[in-house]
This record gives sequence, structure tokens and C-alpha cells, in this order.
Amino acid sequence: MSSDPIPTPLPRRPHAAAVQPEEITGAAAVVRTLELLGVDDIFGLPGGAILPVYDPLMDSTEVRHILVRHEQGAGHAAEGYAASSGRLGVCIATSGPGATNLVTAIADAYMDSVPLLAITGQVFSTLMGTDAFQEADIVGITMPVTKHSFLVKDAKDIPSTIAAAAHIATTGRPGPVLVDITKDAQQATAPFIWPPKIDLPGYRPVTKAHGKQVQAAAQLLVEAKKPVLYVGGGVIRAKASVELLELAEQTGAPVVTTLMARGAFPDSHEQQLGMPGMHGTVPAVLALQESDLIIALGARFDDRVTGKAELFAPNAKVVHVDVDPAEISKIRIADVPIVGDAKDVIVDLTAAYLSAKKETTPDIADWWTYLNGLREEFPLGYAPTTDGLLAPQYVIQRIGELTGPEGVYASGVGQHQMWAAQFIKYERPNSWLNSGGAGTMGYSVPAAMGAKVAEPDRDVWAIDGDGCFQMTNQELATCAINNIPIKVAVINNSSLGMVRQWQTLFYDGRYSNTDLNTGHDTIRVPDFVKLAEAYGCLGIRVTTEEEVDAAIKLALETNDRPVVIDFVVSADAMVWPMVPQGVSNSYVQYARDHSPAFEEEI
Amino acid sequence: MSTHVLSLLVEDKPGLLTRVAGLFARRGFNIESLAVGVSEIDGLSRITVVVDVDTLPLEQVTKQLNKLVNVIKIVELDPAQSVQREHLLIKVRVDNTTRSQVLEAVNLFRARVVDVSTDALVIEVTGDSGKTTAFLRVLEPYGIKEIAQSGLLAIGRGSKSISERVFKN
Repeated sequence: MSSDPIPTPLPRRPHAAAVQPEEITGAAAVVRTLELLGVDDIFGLPGGAILPVYDPLMDSTEVRHILVRHEQGAGHAAEGYAASSGRLGVCIATSGPGATNLVTAIADAYMDSVPLLAITGQVFSTLMGTDAFQEADIVGITMPVTKHSFLVKDAKDIPSTIAAAAHIATTGRPGPVLVDITKDAQQATAPFIWPPKIDLPGYRPVTKAHGKQVQAAAQLLVEAKKPVLYVGGGVIRAKASVELLELAEQTGAPVVTTLMARGAFPDSHEQQLGMPGMHGTVPAVLALQESDLIIALGARFDDRVTGKAELFAPNAKVVHVDVDPAEISKIRIADVPIVGDAKDVIVDLTAAYLSAKKETTPDIADWWTYLNGLREEFPLGYAPTTDGLLAPQYVIQRIGELTGPEGVYASGVGQHQMWAAQFIKYERPNSWLNSGGAGTMGYSVPAAMGAKVAEPDRDVWAIDGDGCFQMTNQELATCAINNIPIKVAVINNSSLGMVRQWQTLFYDGRYSNTDLNTGHDTIRVPDFVKLAEAYGCLGIRVTTEEEVDAAIKLALETNDRPVVIDFVVSADAMVWPMVPQGVSNSYVQYARDHSPAFEEEI
Repeated sequence: MSTHVLSLLVEDKPGLLTRVAGLFARRGFNIESLAVGVSEIDGLSRITVVVDVDTLPLEQVTKQLNKLVNVIKIVELDPAQSVQREHLLIKVRVDNTTRSQVLEAVNLFRARVVDVSTDALVIEVTGDSGKTTAFLRVLEPYGIKEIAQSGLLAIGRGSKSISERVFKN
């Protein structure tokens, strides 16, 4: 440092091996532990049982607390923060309803393997079990949807418990961990010891794969005539995109990226076939279905990908790579199971492939001829609308084109989610955030908020539906007040669009309870432009194609407040292609009543 | 479907049993019997659980159990390689004519009478499920008033212990 003669103040915290550990309150220990874990931002809302923590939190210069308007928003914001940055997301709430409001976000993080730390206040340990005011057994409630959970009743256990929780949340297969802390533990004092001893004898995630298995996989890969790399969200969580690119280019194998893995492999890459599954591209769906070898990387054979699982890819051998042993052979028996971290395994697999290639020359030329034929015949596209209203796909595509691959796109759940997965081109991991496993409507706005906090230099879009938007738009207040200028594109078809699509296709067009009255020719309750303005946001309404680009550009230029664009779109637009539920992927429909002609009957 | 005996070494933490039982329920597996108690190591408990599943779902339930942070070790105990015992307390109605017949059955099955009253006996019996079932069948005609049964307990034969490989150092 400088030769400044003024004595510098002593560090606030004594270092290890220094004198006696400082005696501080449990509440202060919560804040200090978060600081020492390198947590910069947390999302939360105070209440009685967590009040002690909020006092030292006010003085922390290292941890920024963002006050949300609903605890669910805090949970999804922490998820968006984690998913966009690859870091731990942290949310905090009080006991009882504060904690239960986090449950949806915790469940969401569990399904999508998001590293999330949820801290909740609990009533005094002496009152637990008495149905005290704002008491809820949140540890019990969240047991099925957390990777692990802790109840802390003693101040001295706070640093080690929070550190253990952060460790569990971020290692192995990431996931949500809950730490419930009684109010008396927050108020009591205890010596603050750092680093704490983390004692988790039952937690030993495997990361390094078995060499023999990797060689077996490589051998299958050089012999395969119709291989496909089935890439799931695990590749993004493992930060293994660079390694994946290397494997793909060395093998020349086609790549499909699931809903959770959009961005794991560049969409501009010639080996990218797109998203598989219920609304996947025809080439991606059929590449899996007709393959002779599936290399599943951090993917879990979700029913939305496989269709009827017994009929999925009947001729394929399966190499299944996952850090979670329980995913392997859960749905589809793996011929070669590989437990390990995707990043390490992919590196090993590439090396093993290259050495196996010396003995056997792979030949996948015919496979590519077939797949390229599919690509040519069945490109992603959409039909123009017939009611004169905007095509939602066009709007979403333009948002992607004008914002570019450096942006972050967080979607809600439904038709707009599928279109955003299909029509925005992703070039980098962590640029696409959505609620894939849980399918949580309302994820988008708070997740975008969290992403913008984590990645302030990026343009962050919430691609939302009019139904989803009404579930969590209260966080626009949080965004406006805390200078978190997200951009919200409400794809407003005035209805619960995906449900409506199923009603069109499978319920004779009987639209039971899917009309929301927010769009064209309705009473517009609420009026999204007015709502945006009420929240201190820039509100824009777009009804014609000519206005689309200008509105998106204005949104991109506006960074002094959040922006909400009400894109009034046609309610009749449908998501295609589609594999109807419960049938084989061979029945993929490119458009309504239009299935590809197959080489062979399956 | 077939019966499998799993032995779990777990950390003795609050809510542990809820985690294990909840996992079985959530994933659709049926617990036939459950026994929980201390283990040879301080702070660790041992759970013996009998589950009725096919081999593949069994592998899935084992993997899911392994994911529970408080579960340290799981082994499946093969009936041929392990000792498996149930423990029953049975209250049987007796009178002056039947008492001696019941006592004879008790002796035959190496059971024990642990409480005597004028019109009933409480009998303690230990054994594998074949033996306890047979014993109950013999007692039935006399009138079984009450049964309390432990979950199955099991331990591997030979010198190895479940905790040995976990805590080598």
C-alpha cells in the first residue's frame, strides 16, 4: 500500500490464530458467515423471527440486501442470480408464511439443480411445537424439495451450518439447501470461529469418473453409425461448455440441447440440431429417436424429452454421464453408466475417443446426410397469424436478434417459454434461464431481476406471458427502487396460452378458464402499460409488426428504469413442432396434422 | 416383487427418520418393516428396513437413500449371508386346561413366558419370520389377544462390520 503515515485501522475481524475468537450474536454470525463465504447479494424480506439478522445486515458493506415485495420473488431472484452467474444464490425470509412463500422457489431450484441457500427465521426454540405465532415446520415442509436442510437452535452452530449448507448447495449436483435458525439462536452470543469445521461424513459427491467406463463409452462412440450428444442442464451447471465444444468437434457427432441446456452449445454451430422433446425441432427429436448411440451428458431423460419412455430411441445404446448416480438408469437403463462431473468426464471422454479412433475409424456420414435432410425439410418456423395480430414468435425472435447472444433471457412458463427456447439463438451458457423441471409460472420477472443483479452489465430480458406476469410482477417495484433495469416483454395473448393450445387440440376448442382479458379487444384488466407506469417503469404497447423493432431498441436504450413492453399478440398462435403427450417421439408433428414421413415404421 | 433387507448407517440427527420414511413414500416404495436403534459408533444410528421391490427399483431407492446427506452407508443384507431376527411379544388367552399346552408350545419354539396372569400369558419369541409365523399359527387356536412386533433386525455374518469401511482411519 502507500507510505501514508496515518495508522490504518485494525482489520475488523481477527484472522485465524489470532487471540480469542470474538463473541458475537448469532445474528451477526449469519451476516459475517455470508461475508466470509463471498456472498455479495441476497434477496429477502424481514419479519419477526428473522429481525435480529436484519440489524447487523444493515451495517454490512459487503453483503447487499435487496428487499423484495414477496418472498417467492426473493427465491426466484436468487435462482436467477445463480443460474445467470454460476454462483450461489441466497434468499432470506422470516418464519411461517415468510418461509412457506419460499417453497415454490425452493422446489423450482430442486428440479433444476440450482445452487440456492435459503435462510429462514424460526420461532424461539422454547415455542417450537406449540403452534406459536408464525410458526411453520419449514424444515419438514421442504424436506421433499431440498437437497438438504438444517435447523439451528444454538448460536455457536451458525457459522459451520451456513458454511456446510453453502458447500452442499454448490457441489456435486447443485440444489437448494435450507437453514432454519431459531430466534433465540440469533439473539444469543457465541465465539465466532472461522473457518468452521464442516462435518459431513455422509456427503461425498463423486466427481472423477471410472476410467474403464469412459473407455467403454469412447469405444461405443467410434463404432456408432448414428450417435448423438444429448446435452442437458448439467453441462451448464458443471461449466463444461468449452469442453463440450471440443468433444463435439472431435467426434463430429450431432448435438441436441435440452430446454435446460439451451446455450450449452452454440446455436450457430453446424452440429447443433436444436432442442429435443415435446416442442423440439424435428431433427433433434428424430436424431434421438433414431440414433444407435445416445451420449447423455448431464441430462435426465425427462418425460418431456423422451415422450413415452418405453418407446424412446429403441435402437440406441446409452452412455449416461451424470454427477448424480440416482439419475443413471432411473428412466432408461444405461449401457455405460458414468458417474462424474460433466466437465472432467467430457475431457476424459474426448481423450479416450481420440485414442480409440486410432483403431476404429468412425463413419457417420450417412447419418449426417439423413439429419441434414431433416434440417432442410423441417426447419423451425411459424405460420403467419390469420387474425391480423402480431405473431408472438416474430416478437421473440426480434428480441433475440436485436439484443444478441450477450444478453440474458429469463422466461416464464408456457407457450412464450417454448418460443423463447426455439426462436432466440443462444451462443453461451447461462444466457437462458427458465423453470424447466417445475414449470413455475411467475419465474421470469424475479429471475430476471436476480440475473441483472448478478450480471449488471448485461441486457436482461424477462420474456413473460400475460398469465405468468400477473403472478410475480410486484417485483417491478423492487427493480425500480433498487435500480435494477430489467426489460420485460409481455407476450400478451390475453390467455393462458399453453393450456389454451391443449384445449384447442385435445378439448375441441372448449376454452375453460383460460381467457385473461388482458389483450386485444378486451377490457384489459390490468392494463400492462398503466401497471408498468404505476411501478415507475417505462411502459410501451406494441400492436403491429412495424412497431416491434423500435420498441425493443427503446427498451435496450432505457437503463434508468425497468421497461415493460406489452406485445399484444394473437391468441391463436401455437407451439410447433409437437409430440403429443404419452406417445412415441416418432409421432412428432411439424405443424398441426403434419408429421414427417419416416424412413421406416417404428 | 421380492423382499430386500437394507441396513443403513445414519447420523443421529433430528428428522432423520422423516427423511428416510418420506423418501420411501415420495418415490412410491413400500416399507414392510423398520427398526431403528443405536449403532456401535457414538452419534450414529442403524436402521434396518425391509422393502418389497424389484431389483431395479431397489437400485433406485438405494441411490436415492445414498443422496440423503445424513445417510452414511447402505448395504443390502442377503439372507444367506446375514442373521435376521424379529422380536415379538404375544398375549395369549389361557385357562387351566390350555395353559400347559401353550407352555409346551413355548418350549418347543424356545420362546419365553415373561408375564403370567390367571387368564393370559405374555410370551416373548425371537426368530426369523418363518419361525415367528409358525409360532403364531400354533398359538392362534388359544386366542391371541395382542401382538407387539419389532421390525426385522439384521446383521452380516462373519467378522466385517458395516462401519468398518466407512471409518478406516
